[in-house]
Amino acid sequence: MAEALSTLEPRRGFGGRRREWPLTAAAWLAALAVTAAFALIVGDLVRHGLGQLSWSFLVEAPASAGRAGGIGPILTSTALILGVCLAVSVPLGVGTAVLLAELTPADGLFARLVRLSLDVLAGVPSIVFGLFGNAFFCVWLGLGFSILAGGLTLACMVLPILIRTSEEGLRAVPREHRLAAAALGMTRARTLVAILLPQATPGLVVGLVLGIGRALAETAALLFTSGYVDRMPGSLLDSGRALSLHVYDLSMNVAGGEPNAYASALVLVASLLAINGAASWLADRFLRRRTTA
Amino acid sequence: MSVLTAPPPSPAAATRPLVECEALSLRYGEHRAFADVSLAVEPRRITAIIGPSGCGKSSFLTCLNRLTDLIPGCRVDGRLRIGEVDVLDPATDVVALRRRVGMIFQKPNPFPLSIHRNLDLPLRQHGMRRRAERDAAIESVLRDVGLWDEVAGRLHKPATSLSGGQQQRLCIARALALKPEVVLLDEPCSALDPISSAVVEDLIVSLKERFTLVIVTHNLAQARRIADRVAFFWMVDGCGRLVESGPCRQVFAAPREELTAAYVRGARG
Repeated sequence: MAEALSTLEPRRGFGGRRREWPLTAAAWLAALAVTAAFALIVGDLVRHGLGQLSWSFLVEAPASAGRAGGIGPILTSTALILGVCLAVSVPLGVGTAVLLAELTPADGLFARLVRLSLDVLAGVPSIVFGLFGNAFFCVWLGLGFSILAGGLTLACMVLPILIRTSEEGLRAVPREHRLAAAALGMTRARTLVAILLPQATPGLVVGLVLGIGRALAETAALLFTSGYVDRMPGSLLDSGRALSLHVYDLSMNVAGGEPNAYASALVLVASLLAINGAASWLADRFLRRRTTA
Repeated sequence: MSVLTAPPPSPAAATRPLVECEALSLRYGEHRAFADVSLAVEPRRITAIIGPSGCGKSSFLTCLNRLTDLIPGCRVDGRLRIGEVDVLDPATDVVALRRRVGMIFQKPNPFPLSIHRNLDLPLRQHGMRRRAERDAAIESVLRDVGLWDEVAGRLHKPATSLSGGQQQRLCIARALALKPEVVLLDEPCSALDPISSAVVEDLIVSLKERFTLVIVTHNLAQARRIADRVAFFWMVDGCGRLVESGPCRQVFAAPREELTAAYVRGARG
């Protein structure tokens, strides 16, 4: 038996075992390189930034153009901008995804046009979104440099990603579930709410995480829309400085601002990781609860 | 009240075909799936539809509950009546129709939800408001399909954790929970192992006391075992046709058509 099996071992030579190691090594190397780049960035941030981090850094207002003090108002502005962005983009994004995936034929002219424009929009540089946001929200709608204008501009930027991933999520739901629901006389609306959307949740979460990542990382578009005043915002119509903008300002415009730039960048990366982790965890919990309800 | 103890039909209703179609045709775009099918389905009987793959058997089934509406480019012509309802009339309420005409698919397709919710969802959709009432209906229908003893302790576990045969019985329970008149079964045993298949087959036979069943099957032996009437489809010029239909014994023992004889002998198909 053992001898019989041994003849089934891959033969050495062309396509055999010996020829496999370069491919394996290349795959490992590529993966290692990516991980190393990430580790290097985080390591650098931690090394330079961790010393400055403290509770007071997180809550205090910046002083001396950000060289001293903390990032309290900036964190608040960032959260508000992100809040406005998500409050607008999630319902609009999921709604459009439902329209594209469920209510229009996949190869219809309308769906193709919408999809094409979304793909183009997803590739537009953020500075262009910033100029558009400034012209449309700040000037034309009269919102001025405000958190609202910044959040809405970010929503425009995030929407294409959100819509495409949500649409993919919905399309990935097996056809048999749609047939089963229809055969049970379930209405389209009920099928969507009770069966399709929950099943598309992993796709929706991926879109959300990518969207939040893009929104939190955004600097250029916010420069023209939410402004860069670093005091505590009084309302959504107040100007407010986002965290990434703060990092940019400290490292480029403020001599001696590097230590706090590092600390702010560390906070930015940490909050991104925390939000991503929380989103996946919540989605997982939600799905587990649904299958056992 | 169990669905298996519903009141018996009036004698007059028992003699008139419950489902009747005339010159029924279906096409997907340019492709004709089947054409010119005229068939009557008697109440409280098992009507088996047999024939080789691709001759329009499953397509025929999907006309009966208008699942064809979900297929882009699908067009159905002819006349089709179920009870007093003109099925193909665009004004027909398909939600109500599909409540009367349940369907079981080849591959068990429970929703990726709990066992309980799989049954609860359609009951709620069809207006059963009180939870206690729904729970009673769920227990009753799970007993009807012989699944209650197997799942009573784990109603809130994922339905997908059940075995294939159990999943298929759950799907049958889900359809029966709505108390349909007609149950369409599209090769319900073909994705199951032989033992589960036998269990589901016995269940189907037990259902004919109370339901009108139309089953598509590739398994001639199964059709011979369980059917009261048999309809034989065959592909003619790339389009499915109904070659012959009649009582099961006659179709198998003394078919009128040469094609039917060859098929049931195993000489063709």
